[in-house]
Amino acid sequence: MTIHQLSVFVENKSGTVVKVLDCFKENGIQLIAITIADTSEYGICRIVCSEPLRAYDCLKEAGIAVSISEVFAVSLADKPGAAADVLRLFTKEGISVAYLYAFLLAGKAVMVFRTDNKEKARSIIESSGLESIEDSLLSEVFV
Amino acid sequence: MSPNERRALQGKRLHKLVEYVYHNVPFYRSKLQEMDVTPDDINTIDDIVKLPFTTKKDLRDNYPFGLQAVPQSEIIRVHASSGTTGNPTIVGYTRKDVGVWSECMSRSLTAFGVTRDDIFSVGYGYGLFTGGLGAHYGVEHLGAAVLPASTGSTEKHIRLLCDLGVTGLACTPSYALHLAETMEKLGVGRDRIKLRVGAFGAEPWTENMRKEIQERLGLKGYNLYGLSEIMGPGVSYECECQNGSHIADDHFYPEIINPDTLEPQPYGTSGELVFTTLTKQGMPLLRYRTRDLCTLFDEPCPCGRTSVRMGRSDDMLIIRGINVFPSQVESVVLSMPECAPRYLLVVERTGNLDTLTVQVEMRQEYFAQGFDTFEPIFKLERELAAKLKSVLSISAKVEIKQPGTLERSEGKSRFVLDKRVLK
Repeated sequence: MTIHQLSVFVENKSGTVVKVLDCFKENGIQLIAITIADTSEYGICRIVCSEPLRAYDCLKEAGIAVSISEVFAVSLADKPGAAADVLRLFTKEGISVAYLYAFLLAGKAVMVFRTDNKEKARSIIESSGLESIEDSLLSEVFV
Repeated sequence: MSPNERRALQGKRLHKLVEYVYHNVPFYRSKLQEMDVTPDDINTIDDIVKLPFTTKKDLRDNYPFGLQAVPQSEIIRVHASSGTTGNPTIVGYTRKDVGVWSECMSRSLTAFGVTRDDIFSVGYGYGLFTGGLGAHYGVEHLGAAVLPASTGSTEKHIRLLCDLGVTGLACTPSYALHLAETMEKLGVGRDRIKLRVGAFGAEPWTENMRKEIQERLGLKGYNLYGLSEIMGPGVSYECECQNGSHIADDHFYPEIINPDTLEPQPYGTSGELVFTTLTKQGMPLLRYRTRDLCTLFDEPCPCGRTSVRMGRSDDMLIIRGINVFPSQVESVVLSMPECAPRYLLVVERTGNLDTLTVQVEMRQEYFAQGFDTFEPIFKLERELAAKLKSVLSISAKVEIKQPGTLERSEGKSRFVLDKRVLK
């Protein structure tokens, strides 16, 4: 139901993201999705990749401020309105979403989001019959 | 030497010094003439208050050799301090000056408990900066073995510390921390090194920093103070009591003045430290204003030394009319477990308003606790800003930097970046 996502703290200055991406390159880890949230001074780079646990160790070794966390990942139908319908399942139960992004993986549309009310989100996914994504899918695609 | 004998010696040397500069340094001759003072007016050390002050600006205005008192052929060494604004400061030393310097530095090492059986690594930058060569000559003068490691090749330095069983280390406190960090990164345990004495100086540091260095390197750290305009490291040094630093006041006479009124202050009062070089030949200075703030005290020290001691010194910044000391910022940064023990104060002037930005490095472990939003960073920013405000009495902007991005100091301190252009 959840996948491991890496979050990297970067300053808003030239070259900081390249250093992070080089780490993936050097260790042969495949990026699946990357998104950067920024304020005027800082950015947080969120990354989904083929081997999150190994990537975490590599980034840490390189002295980069990185953390690893579990976020919800569900599969969407590939048609207009699919994302809205899925999100509504959560918001109508009073669950708010801290951030959200989506990507395509092996022909599937995947929506990733974080919420503080994890238990409730979990039970909604179970009861609504949504297809959720696990870490295993991330690595399988690139074997 | 008893206090009275010392004062008599200082008075005699001061008279000779004034006579010397009167006849050899046109800059001082005209200053003394303007004030209607002749060498015959200076007979005891108390007469020093009749003499003019010398400032950093005087040194810059007389760049490069205007304050030199001897012909160039007498000079055997020249050091230059970095000039971030205007001319660098040039100091020429005669053979006798280098000898006095080596002796003062060797006195410092003796006070730290160093003997000729020690192997002492000098991790100050060698070159124009006085730290490297100053410490180097002192170790040789004492008869211990010197390892001129300098800065830069930190990994090789660590290897030599281990393999040679080096027992002493002279460097900036921040470089000592850098060594400790690099050792941890390389997986070199504290038990692999035999360091027992550290001679740390060239930047202000706090008791918290001392504790951290002592714990991580397993040595006892002593404060070593100096400034290139006066000589270099060895102007003052801690003894085993570590209660203030003993000034080599047979060579460097200290005074404390009020920086606003320039009035001399009694012992025990905080103010600007002023030095007169009683025995220097190359570039003797009368009442040089160091811009360092501290107190002086002359209570007997249990170690037996009778020289005047100075409290910890600190470079002072004046921001929006408020005195700000880097050590205040340091104590705040070190009290935050989320931050690495490094910081940079950036002072700028926007319009007519001075602004202070404090840059700190976040520890990697802090972010690694599963953070994936900005909230913990903003929280750290807010906490730091509130603590700084209560300590400094002015507000400072806080910038959190990625781990390992603030510059590690290898020479003179880089804890302050003053970008103000002052008239």
